[in-house]
Amino acid sequence: MNTPFIEPETAVAAEPGLVVCEHCDAVHQRPQLAPGEAADCTTCGALLYRRSRLDRDAMLALTVAALIVFVMANAMPIVTMEAGGVVTQGRLTTMVSAAWNSGIGAVAAIAAATVFLFPLAQLTLYLYVLMARQRQTLPADFALAMHGLRLLRPWSMVEVFLIGVLVSVVKMTSLAMVKPQAGLWAFGVLTILLTALSTFELRELWADDDPPPEPHR
Amino acid sequence: MTGTVIAQPRAASLGLIGCDACGLVLRAPSAPQHTASCPRCGSALHRRRPNAVNRAWAYLIAAVILYIPANVLPVLRSTKLFDTSIDTIISGVVSLWDDGSWDLAVIVFTASVVVPVLKIGALALLLLSVQNGWQTAPRERARLYRILEFIGHWSMLDVFAIALLVTLVHFGAFAYVEPGPGIVAFGAVVVLTMLATMSFDPRLIWDALEVPAPASDAGAATASPPLPAPPALTEDLPT
Repeated sequence: MNTPFIEPETAVAAEPGLVVCEHCDAVHQRPQLAPGEAADCTTCGALLYRRSRLDRDAMLALTVAALIVFVMANAMPIVTMEAGGVVTQGRLTTMVSAAWNSGIGAVAAIAAATVFLFPLAQLTLYLYVLMARQRQTLPADFALAMHGLRLLRPWSMVEVFLIGVLVSVVKMTSLAMVKPQAGLWAFGVLTILLTALSTFELRELWADDDPPPEPHR
Repeated sequence: MTGTVIAQPRAASLGLIGCDACGLVLRAPSAPQHTASCPRCGSALHRRRPNAVNRAWAYLIAAVILYIPANVLPVLRSTKLFDTSIDTIISGVVSLWDDGSWDLAVIVFTASVVVPVLKIGALALLLLSVQNGWQTAPRERARLYRILEFIGHWSMLDVFAIALLVTLVHFGAFAYVEPGPGIVAFGAVVVLTMLATMSFDPRLIWDALEVPAPASDAGAATASPPLPAPPALTEDLPT
């Protein structure tokens, strides 16, 4: 964050009872939502905010579960292929290195970032902010972690990867015996867990009236 | 809906500003574009994303240029015995279809051809509409933008599929699969269109509809707190 902290003359009282639509700038009153409800902007129809059916403890549990599944998905082979007596295992790590070695380094970098690095960072940051929220005072890095989560969201592509794997498995069936392995199932479960996590309104973690975060430098 | 009239008051005209990062609503009567930051989360406050139109055009034009090699250059060179076939994105879809897996052909065709083309076209349309101050169909254009945001990363599907193919298919003389440079260009197109979508500011769609603000900045500063109507409630979580 390279911006100075808010200057007194522009700084200004917060309006906790209001919500501004991110998509059209319309101002609305902020009603309390029941779990599972969502509020849409009446002007443009975009989602204003929602309340997940999951509370923070459930989120924390899901995050831990997702981290475990993440390790499994990356440690175990996704598919194996048998042809001419040779069995080849496909893991995410071997995929990245194979892509790197065959001259498409950019693709290797994209796959490593969007399927491994970003989801891992996302889950770690979720763990961090949810645990930070359980404490009395927020750590100084809370704001940084929240910004990281917001920026990472669109770049985590586990679900796209899963479908991509399914497509290539079908493409290969004409060449050789291809078998889905445990890693593929783990990626499927990871997709479900990440989708469940994404129903959680990140901003809800700011909203609490508990102590504000220490100013971040 | 009421056509071209905006019923709901807008933050900019009320002297309010919503933090893009944490959602906090602040009274910021005369906050200049770049100097203030949010007291809660520390991120810079903007009424509109800075340089939205220019940035989005820059990314979009780069994406259009790279879209040509992405479709012309081979994405996959596969050798079976002594028979080498070179696939572009389109011919890959065709061969999937010919192999009888029409369902996958449809998925790949949608993700690799329909989505990128529609994305580029739709974003260009949105940018033109904002630059020319179009007043028609703002809700539809707003929805178009949300669709763009949602589907953006699905075009990466073919990139992942090819990376896995390359990993598994290499057994000496029998069969060999090599990636082609087209796939790198295609991956770049997907990333660039995502960046273009993120740079665009959908609030600009509605700015053209706004009646000239009656109150100056100073007037808005002393105005009483607005009491806008509550938003529409929907029962089910989207997505």
